[in-house]
Amino acid sequence: MSDPNGLSRRHFLKGVGAGAIVAGSIEALSAEARAAAQAANPCVGPGAVPIKLSINGSVRELAVEPRTTLLDALRNHLDLTGSKKVCDRATCGACTVLIDGKAAYSCTTLAIAAQGRTIETVESLANGAELAPIQKAFVEHDAQQCGFCTPGFVVASEALLRTNASPDRAAVLEGLGGNLCRCGTYVGLKKACMSAGAPAKGGRR
Amino acid sequence: MMHAFEYAAPKSLDEALKLLGSAWGDTEILAGGTDLLSLMKDFVVQPKRLVNLADVGLAGIAPEGDSLVIGAMTTLDALLAHASVPTALTQAAAGVHSPQLRSMGTIGGDLLQRPRCWYFRRGHGLLAQKDGASMVEAGDHRDHAVFGNGGAAKYVNPSSFAPALIALGASVKVRGQNGERSLAVKDLYRTPASATEREFTIASNEIVTHVVVPISRSSNATYEIRQRHGLDWPEASASVAVTVVDDKVTAASACLGHVAPVPWTVDVSSLVGSVLTAESAAAVAAEVVADATPLTMNGHKVELAKVALTRALLRAAGKEVVR
Repeated sequence: MSDPNGLSRRHFLKGVGAGAIVAGSIEALSAEARAAAQAANPCVGPGAVPIKLSINGSVRELAVEPRTTLLDALRNHLDLTGSKKVCDRATCGACTVLIDGKAAYSCTTLAIAAQGRTIETVESLANGAELAPIQKAFVEHDAQQCGFCTPGFVVASEALLRTNASPDRAAVLEGLGGNLCRCGTYVGLKKACMSAGAPAKGGRR
Repeated sequence: MMHAFEYAAPKSLDEALKLLGSAWGDTEILAGGTDLLSLMKDFVVQPKRLVNLADVGLAGIAPEGDSLVIGAMTTLDALLAHASVPTALTQAAAGVHSPQLRSMGTIGGDLLQRPRCWYFRRGHGLLAQKDGASMVEAGDHRDHAVFGNGGAAKYVNPSSFAPALIALGASVKVRGQNGERSLAVKDLYRTPASATEREFTIASNEIVTHVVVPISRSSNATYEIRQRHGLDWPEASASVAVTVVDDKVTAASACLGHVAPVPWTVDVSSLVGSVLTAESAAAVAAEVVADATPLTMNGHKVELAKVALTRALLRAAGKEVVR
């Protein structure tokens, strides 16, 4: 798993039998080959299929079976383990990522169907060691206990704050309605989400 | 992990239709996926092929003559953002208290989602029969049907939008190999007689492409009652469309949700000719639920259906008392 991209790349190079050619022409060939194959039979799988995902600003190539969820692709193929698998049934929100800027359950999105979409995970929020405002607010307001649901809540909060820079309590309840915290840290979560959007008011940040 | 399947994301409806099998279960249509993928993970459905409709051009809302035509792949978010969508529909969309589900879920997927019945979800089949008896009646059925439950089907229709669309007199466009047909939303559903049937009247190789909502000047509303404020399906809901002229009701239609195996259309015509008041709304709601046939554990749903209908009527008439 440490070099997950290697898998699809190796498979691919083997497939076209052109190990020495440069990456650009590999992609061009691949697109043509794929288009030709798809004209005959538009179905792919059930075995691994080469796909490209736009994740956190870069295009990642990997090979996944069509049944692989975006969450499994992130965690098991790309070593992006910030998004958590808990319910795996579009309910708890621990797997929340941004797809085209909106909060979405990665456990219930197929990786192959996420091609062409812009995916942002919790890993994209901090700038190196510098936490994003919403992450600082989570620390400040003690918005986590065991912490397992936290990445999902952070991403859901980020999605809310992008559409509503200073959400009131009702907006926060609605914006975080797709996430669950079994430790019950909702008081801190609400405070964090509200304060991150309105840093001037509280004075503590 | 789901069973393996082959996948296609066709670029046109014609191509999509060719990929669908003529027997239920061989192929499944992927819309928002919020229900289907969970059913697949639980092995309740195990398609050999998945056909994703994301790229066939079915997302979008546009007026067409006297109707508003909503593409089946239109998300709940898009419905909420569009000014011309009737209130009864936007209130139903807002009832899905998860931004994630609202960004992913589609109106077509909502109409064709499978029942939430826990016997069905645990693999006991839609009719949950064991040794010729109903597991639902013998077991925990607090969320099950209180209307239309005389046969084997005891689950409730889970759709958020169907009651509102039925109250508004909407239809769906259905495309198959032999062309397009129009179907009243009410007629999209049936109560299956055997476990091999599905709860829809369309075939496995047909696609619901659009929802056609007549543009009317009726006042309409949806009122849902949930056990919790958060993400959950309602215990009962009611959608109504009421036309009022000179303070008197001239037409009224209503449909209850989550109380029967199909969206439960009810007769509220006794409201016609008089002023809609808290008393008349409560009276017609009491009349409607007098026909209910609750099981031993779900009598509360009869009361909730009555309250939902009363409040939906008052909400439509602008007379809702906000507590």
